[in-house]
Amino acid sequence: MSTAMQSPSALEQFWQNLRQSPRRILEATFRTGKPVTDRARSLFVFGNVFLHLHPVRVHRWTLRWTTTLGLGVASAAAFLITLVTGVLLMFYYKPYPDVAYQSIKDIHFVVPTGRLIRNLHRWAGNVMVVTVILHMARVLYTAAYRKPREFNWLVGMGLLVVTLALAFTGYLLPWDQLAYWAITIATNIAQSPRELTDALGITEYFDPGGFMRLLLLGSDTVGPEALIRFYVLHIMILPLILGILLAVHFWRVRKDGGLARPADADQRLGAPPGHLYPVFTQAPQKTYQLAAIVRGRTPAVGNGPENTVPSMPHLFYAELGVLMAVTLICLVLSLLWDAPLKELANPLVPENPAKAPWYFLGVQELVSFSAFMGGVVVPLLTIVGLGLVPFLDREEQGTGEWFGGPGGGRLALYSMLFGLAAALAVEAFVIRFGWIREWFPNVPQLLVILVNPASLLTLIYALYSIFIIRRFNSVRAGAVALFTCFLCGFVVTTAIGTYFRGPNWFFYWSPADWPKH
Amino acid sequence: MSAPTGIQRSRLDPEPVPRRDWLGLASLWSAGVALLFSLFGMIRLPKPAVVGSPSKRFRVSLPEALAPSAAFVPPGRSVAIFRDPEGVYAISLVCTHLGCVVKPGPEGFECPCHGSRFGPDGHVTKGPAPKPLPWLKVIPAGGQWIVDESATVPPGTKVAV
Repeated sequence: MSTAMQSPSALEQFWQNLRQSPRRILEATFRTGKPVTDRARSLFVFGNVFLHLHPVRVHRWTLRWTTTLGLGVASAAAFLITLVTGVLLMFYYKPYPDVAYQSIKDIHFVVPTGRLIRNLHRWAGNVMVVTVILHMARVLYTAAYRKPREFNWLVGMGLLVVTLALAFTGYLLPWDQLAYWAITIATNIAQSPRELTDALGITEYFDPGGFMRLLLLGSDTVGPEALIRFYVLHIMILPLILGILLAVHFWRVRKDGGLARPADADQRLGAPPGHLYPVFTQAPQKTYQLAAIVRGRTPAVGNGPENTVPSMPHLFYAELGVLMAVTLICLVLSLLWDAPLKELANPLVPENPAKAPWYFLGVQELVSFSAFMGGVVVPLLTIVGLGLVPFLDREEQGTGEWFGGPGGGRLALYSMLFGLAAALAVEAFVIRFGWIREWFPNVPQLLVILVNPASLLTLIYALYSIFIIRRFNSVRAGAVALFTCFLCGFVVTTAIGTYFRGPNWFFYWSPADWPKH
Repeated sequence: MSAPTGIQRSRLDPEPVPRRDWLGLASLWSAGVALLFSLFGMIRLPKPAVVGSPSKRFRVSLPEALAPSAAFVPPGRSVAIFRDPEGVYAISLVCTHLGCVVKPGPEGFECPCHGSRFGPDGHVTKGPAPKPLPWLKVIPAGGQWIVDESATVPPGTKVAV
């Protein structure tokens, strides 16, 4: 009896705990307290499942604006926007021919905020394509793909392909004229290996082109089967693959020792600001077994002031800033320009001109000479060539620096001029004088496949890059030359396909010159 | 002679009868084979056994007054049907390049997508198209005609009226 008088009864304890529970729930949720000390900032990162993909501390070189221009984070931010808006669109979208078109109209005109959400989805998808390409360019020009980051470069190539596939599968879903004919053309490009097998007379026995098209369409025309397939790819399979690859991509950034930086980054940055201080001033007594199997040296022991800053807040605020900037850009674009929606798809009357989404208009320009060479061989060669870059360039000079390596920025500039000139010259020649079949109407198809502007331009770029490798005695210089040429070829063919091709894929200086119906 | 005993064996050496290894290898290989077969099945499924598109054969009656070089395009079909003194013939309007629908005109056919041109008999005169436009099978059916889009005939095959 007497003990019960001294300590509170269970009922009293219950009331006391109940009163304190809001504070305790808060403490349990935000376990680390305010991130004001370095220790709390570290706990803030590795005690949180969403943040712990980040390092606890990050090198000052990584946080410089010019190191990355925030392009990788911008791509991820754009993906995040497409993910959120895409799930919202799924509430109203119905993947069946004609009904799909009506549901997009509903989303545009009836669904509350539907128009803005669809515009955001469309623009964020386009922004993502741009930032992914620019991000790849940044990694290449700063030679950040080099050992030990070769594998992550390959993962990045996979992400580029999946990003383009996502953009492309989404293009069919509105089921308007634009969508229908773009997908008709694109799936026929997938079938174009038939050009070669036909020319060799073996299509009957070996028909990879027909198989690919059948697999994509689930039928022999673009119909309900194709729409549901593209839908499943767009909302489930491809986002899943993208998510998995993204996780690997981010994780490898950490495992490969953060972002690439020059060997003398510390000297170049100079002394750290006064409020920074070294974390490890002497070798730690404990050994960290997991750290021991991570490549590179253990965290900055013996490096003096090691030039790292806590990720919270420095890295996170920078990432959040990029996310907000991308959101703002997409929002402004969405408010200014609606996502296009043409008339309902009509399988009997093609759009004239029927244009693919802009990022494929370069390829479409090339397929207007040969579907197989321009639509399959050249893009495949480009992907394989890009993937091989880190395995061919095993040099060390210039890692982590813009235009690092022999030749530097001047080489990139000259390569740009050469790449633009070559692409423009080939295009101008073809537009002015036509191509083989106009001169010799009975030329064999095999020759048309092999010798056309697409293969010619690829050959010119390859030869130029080999010349640069010899000239600078450096594979890195060749990689910069080839990539710059590839970018220029992409820009020139895309621009011509977008702005200078009119009805019947004829060349026009301006859409104002297009013939009236 | 008995088996030699007392051979120096490190405790790190594998056991001579790796029973555990056998189980491990069995699970590894069965998993591998299962994965292979399931992959095969997963690729097999999306390849349709039956294509559910509308029938490729259709019946059509030609207008009485059809000039010899004028194309008659039946509604809802991408086929041009011609009638001249030698007979009736049908040419597909699906471009052999990338599947756009070509437009019949006085000098042949032109494709709106990538500028391919075809002569009046469907042979390629210009542009990227790899093959001539196929001629389709035409069967007389008592004053009407049955056109089969899935069956091609050699160019120049005309069915006498």
